[in-house]
Amino acid sequence: MAATVKYDEVEAGQEIPAVEYQVRRVDLVRYAGASGDFNPIHWNERFAKAVGLPDVIAHGMYTMAQGGRFVTDWAGDPGAVVEYGVRFSSMVVVPDDDNGAVIRISGIVEEKREDKRVVVTLTARSGDSRVLSKARAVVQLS
Amino acid sequence: MALNRDFVGRTYASSAPYEVSRVKISEFATAIGDSNPIYHDRQAAVAAGHPDVVAPPTFPIVFSLLGTGDALSDPELGLDFSMVVHGEQRFEYERPIHAGDELVCASTIAEIRSVGRNAFLTLRSDVSTTSGELVCRTYNVIVERGGAA
Repeated sequence: MAATVKYDEVEAGQEIPAVEYQVRRVDLVRYAGASGDFNPIHWNERFAKAVGLPDVIAHGMYTMAQGGRFVTDWAGDPGAVVEYGVRFSSMVVVPDDDNGAVIRISGIVEEKREDKRVVVTLTARSGDSRVLSKARAVVQLS
Repeated sequence: MALNRDFVGRTYASSAPYEVSRVKISEFATAIGDSNPIYHDRQAAVAAGHPDVVAPPTFPIVFSLLGTGDALSDPELGLDFSMVVHGEQRFEYERPIHAGDELVCASTIAEIRSVGRNAFLTLRSDVSTTSGELVCRTYNVIVERGGAA
């Protein structure tokens, strides 16, 4: 249950390189099944447009999960995340083609706390939109 | 229609414990595209110091709101689901959730407020084992567009 990143080797202000996560319609269908969230705005274009959306949109929790992946891949152990929160600031629109949409996530070590914990803030973009705001994780380093 | 603020402070418990299984953790991890062996392979999780495969950070969304469905659809509350979007989500973990956990949730309507034309409802869920060990707190803000008082 130990992060592979060492607290002493991390500096406040350090950047965590961006990673791009592809999201296609099939990913949303799979996520709907695994999470139990079958809101049709996440898989039914006809329904999404009828309620005023531009197209099918990703579950906010799917985007949040990609941010979680970003943090746990950096930290090296999912058990190292002690707090994780986001605000959903914009939609990830997922067109019906082979490429879908891309969520680009980057991070900064915002703060080093006591007891070897750090605060990581995330930036998540899709197209021109910032899709998460106030996205931050507290991570227990070794 | 304004949300009924009499609901603030009410707590709803899950009706039955949620059993965390290896298969469900692996299915959820696959669905978020994460092949980390700590989610899929018990031996890899044990080698990393865990008792069994652990759940990804956002996994509690699968079960943490099971007890609140009836509350949110109570006509007395006045929530129009067709106008609801997810506003914020936060998790505070006491320890990683792992396969074999039997978890119960107590969800409280912590706050109802209006910002502009929208109504914001905050749900706090305390996730504990059936023996009473707190493992996670979740905070879920849902937004009802046009629902301000």
